[in-house]
Amino acid sequence: MAEKPKLKVSFHDFTSCEGCQLQFLNCEDELLDILGHVEIVQFREAIDDKSDEYDIAFIEGAFTRESDRARLEHIRKCAKVVIAFGACACTGGLNVLKNYRGVKEAMRTVYGDQADWYETSVALPVEAAIKVDYKIHGCPVPKQEILEVVKSVVAGRTPRIPDYPVCVECKLKENACLFHKGQYCLGPIARAGCGAWCPSYGGRCYACRGLISDPNNNAAKDVLEEFGLTVEDIMQEFRLFNGVYDVAQPPDNAHVKSC
Amino acid sequence: MAKDLDINVHHLTRVEGHGNIVVRAADGTVEKCVLEIVETPRVFESMIEGLNWSDTSLLTCRICGICSVGHTLASIQATDNAFGTEITEASYVMRQIMCMAEQMQSHTLHVYFLAAPDAFDAPSVIPLAGSHPEVVKRALKLKKLANTICDVLCGRHIHPISLRPGGFTYLPSKRALVGLKQTILDCYEDIEATVETIASVADKFPGFEREREDISLTHPDEYAFYNGRIKSSKAGEIDTADYEQFIKEKCVKHSTSKHAYNVDESFAVGALARFNNNADQLNEQGKAAAEALGLTAPCYNPFANNFAQTVEIVHCYHEALKWLDKLIAMDLSEADVTPNVVPRAGRGIGVTEVPRGMLVHDYTYDDAGVCTQANCIIPTGMNLGNIDRDMQTYVPSVIDQRSQDEIAHDLEMMVRAYDPCISCSVHLLNVEWV
Repeated sequence: MAEKPKLKVSFHDFTSCEGCQLQFLNCEDELLDILGHVEIVQFREAIDDKSDEYDIAFIEGAFTRESDRARLEHIRKCAKVVIAFGACACTGGLNVLKNYRGVKEAMRTVYGDQADWYETSVALPVEAAIKVDYKIHGCPVPKQEILEVVKSVVAGRTPRIPDYPVCVECKLKENACLFHKGQYCLGPIARAGCGAWCPSYGGRCYACRGLISDPNNNAAKDVLEEFGLTVEDIMQEFRLFNGVYDVAQPPDNAHVKSC
Repeated sequence: MAKDLDINVHHLTRVEGHGNIVVRAADGTVEKCVLEIVETPRVFESMIEGLNWSDTSLLTCRICGICSVGHTLASIQATDNAFGTEITEASYVMRQIMCMAEQMQSHTLHVYFLAAPDAFDAPSVIPLAGSHPEVVKRALKLKKLANTICDVLCGRHIHPISLRPGGFTYLPSKRALVGLKQTILDCYEDIEATVETIASVADKFPGFEREREDISLTHPDEYAFYNGRIKSSKAGEIDTADYEQFIKEKCVKHSTSKHAYNVDESFAVGALARFNNNADQLNEQGKAAAEALGLTAPCYNPFANNFAQTVEIVHCYHEALKWLDKLIAMDLSEADVTPNVVPRAGRGIGVTEVPRGMLVHDYTYDDAGVCTQANCIIPTGMNLGNIDRDMQTYVPSVIDQRSQDEIAHDLEMMVRAYDPCISCSVHLLNVEWV
């Protein structure tokens, strides 16, 4: 039987730290096996080859300048499957923070009088420019989810991405609840799939994988109330990764575009 | 024969971030030779301002996925310094191990995945999996080792979790630490073999030299990475609080990018700068590696940065083992590392050595511990002027002997040898548009 041709995979980076691409390279045990099933044709961080013939495009990074739109549209045209790879691509990630500072003011803080030389606009998810087929959430993306999505796409099935809160995974790990330690945490409304990564190492959950699709807001508010907190108390932490959601918008902040 | 050159390497590959190399020469005279930085502006400093102290390192570690631990170490030292926080011996040892793992992870990635393909005449590490499988398997094993160290100590390498101002929010069990030691020991031969592999391709790196000023940390008791004083090979030593005395910025004619300078028009930071400043403090295994690679201080060949990184892989491997033995012997409880941070108004400066060179984080906090001003100076930014000057010296020296394609390839190797981290540097760099 003739061998099935390998699917061609490409990686593209926009505004990001490139940590999610590194996280792909960090699948050390699986990397050579993955390369047995797919061919990487574009991965600027690691290889010289640049090809426009690819089946699956991983896009890392937020969409933060209008001139990147054409590059994104080109990738969409070339690829059969587009995967938003990591928090920056999925929700704009922490780049969205600059929207709250006001883009002009943020640029002036860093570049001073020369701020006008550089093109930038509000930070947005990749989805604001092109259609995305799958999202791998997280900052960084969990390795197990990279493997789940790669395997699923190669096998032609829909990847299983959790849509329940981090608290579920935290309970399974038998972690002590951070609320009981006197700290607060976004676990009750945050999308699981990371294995409760941060709480397992004593860190608070900042919902870097975004919100579950139907968060129980009332229950979340009850938890906050029980521990003497208001929604506004946790907004700063919430905005670190989720500034793009409508719920994060302050009422008087008209210049922030949500999606 | 007087030659024309028109080189434009758009989006240089196998580096972190987006940069272009542009060279123009007419009649054998080089008119333009620069590394352009075309990464999108990321404006991190403005995003830090207004954040609570507990969130600053979580944001700034995300300047870069590769140097994430290094950014965290500089950031938490700045915050500790601002609040006058003293950390425990145990936290100090754990931070040292993290620091060693960071250099090993990044240098392994750079030497094996990004630079070595040039020496093996391959476009990437992937074809090497077929032609040199043992080298690629070893590279993956060593990269995994550094990741495992970070996983055990603070949850992960990219954007570390429990590495916090004042200490750690998680203490690995003694069993996990003993297991980690075994994992490190299992790589002993791979470290030796790394030196042999790089030594075997040493002649593939061009033999070009340009005398320069090297700046790095220095420490009386050790080959400095985690902390120390700032040392210039030409201007002596200063305290980290006075970093602005050595790191000055200026505009240059050929570029709208600001470049860093001190005594000379530019200076170098990174593995080779550290080696040149502190080589006699390497541990014996590090010294042996330098000898095997024929590397002696001072070395002014920018391509030799790959050798200095290899030496540091060996040095850090053995230092990590030494620190880990010390940690295991301490018999710790969680209270020994738990952060105890009391915010107060003030300015704090954290300077640490990350794989690509010296990194400065400088924060000012108000009474409530909210950051009011921040400045991060990134090693790649400090190296940009030096990269341009190296290229501008190199091109005229080979323009008559080598073809345009060969020169373009050499320049790519040269820029890559600096291991530039462009996502990191761009948050404060000016971009030159042609």
